[in-house]
Amino acid sequence: MQVLYGRHHVRVFRFGFRLVRDEQVAEDLISEVFLDVWRQAGKFEGRSAVSTWLLAITRFKALSALRRRKDVELDDEAANAIEDTSDDPEVATQKRDTSKALRKCLTALSPEHREIVDLVYYHEKSVEEVAEIVSIPENTVKTRLFYARKKLAELLKAAGVERGWP
Amino acid sequence: MMATSKKILEQEPSEIEMLLPWHAAGTLNARDARRVDEALARDPELAKQYAVIQEEYAETIHLNESLGAPSARAMQKLFAAIDGEPARKPSMSLNISARIAGFFAKLSPRTLAWSASLGALALLLQAGVIGAVLMKKQNASFQTASLSTDARSPNAPSPSVSSPSAPITRALGPEAPPRALVRFTPDARVADITALLDNYQASIIDGAKGGLFRLQFANRAMGREEFASLMRKLQNEKIVSLAVDAQ
Repeated sequence: MQVLYGRHHVRVFRFGFRLVRDEQVAEDLISEVFLDVWRQAGKFEGRSAVSTWLLAITRFKALSALRRRKDVELDDEAANAIEDTSDDPEVATQKRDTSKALRKCLTALSPEHREIVDLVYYHEKSVEEVAEIVSIPENTVKTRLFYARKKLAELLKAAGVERGWP
Repeated sequence: MMATSKKILEQEPSEIEMLLPWHAAGTLNARDARRVDEALARDPELAKQYAVIQEEYAETIHLNESLGAPSARAMQKLFAAIDGEPARKPSMSLNISARIAGFFAKLSPRTLAWSASLGALALLLQAGVIGAVLMKKQNASFQTASLSTDARSPNAPSPSVSSPSAPITRALGPEAPPRALVRFTPDARVADITALLDNYQASIIDGAKGGLFRLQFANRAMGREEFASLMRKLQNEKIVSLAVDAQ
């Protein structure tokens, strides 16, 4: 268990943190996830990678935590915050810093979009693995990421960053 | 803003366009990766979009890495919870292979060696019995009998043969399909061999001893001429270096 924890806890924590946006809650999440793994080790069938299994459990726990907190609407607030502060000189400086703006907009995406972007780019999951973690068809995985990227482009445009796409 | 959203939603992405993020992350299979590479080489608009994706990819990694790691509290909490769990009994849902592995692990090396020897002996006996049965069957497939007019009883009905002195040959089972020993050229691919087997309605029934495969053709007996013609055709195949009759 220690080996498994040592190998995967950071990625599990980051995936959970990005979903629940609360460090404390994310830390509680990883304890719950690995405790579940400890209890259900016999049920792991080895059809997918351990990391895929762990991320699927993390996602389920994170969504349960979000439902308990009922703060999903905060995502819209985060998105609005980018547009509202566009006249701030400090933000105007940030506009020139595409990387910074991009990271801010990645944070402002909806949980659905955020998780798919993270799973593909950071956790390097294939179409099939994302479909397994999120429990959606493979074609939906592809279109959801496409529209997540479109949304990201919109947020960046609103923040004054034009990247030439779409 | 609304107009932009509407315009964006109106555009239907192509299959290749949707695969670009996985290409950037290096998680596409070889076939799809090749398709995307080819599309990127011929479509500058797609290449432009791919550059944007690579930027997103890098920043997503940067963002996630900046989240840090959980404190030791999470680990302490986890292991305290595990310590508090009731002792686990061996699960009934253990799969069969695990049970088998467990069974063998419990045996002493001496018992295991004896069991293995006994198993090998049983296999040899079984092979012997099967071999004997097969040999017996082969011997009984044909029977040749000579007709002797002297031995015939005067009351027995006369056999309907064209020549009274010719032997009567009866097949007791279906006649065996023809067989040949074939050696394929070293550069023959599996796909080529499969295609050849299909063309000749052949199947490999033994091999490869000394690089030779025993092939059986069709599921019916063939005349001498028909088989000779098939062998000539087989010998002329590009991927066949040797083909000999193995009747």
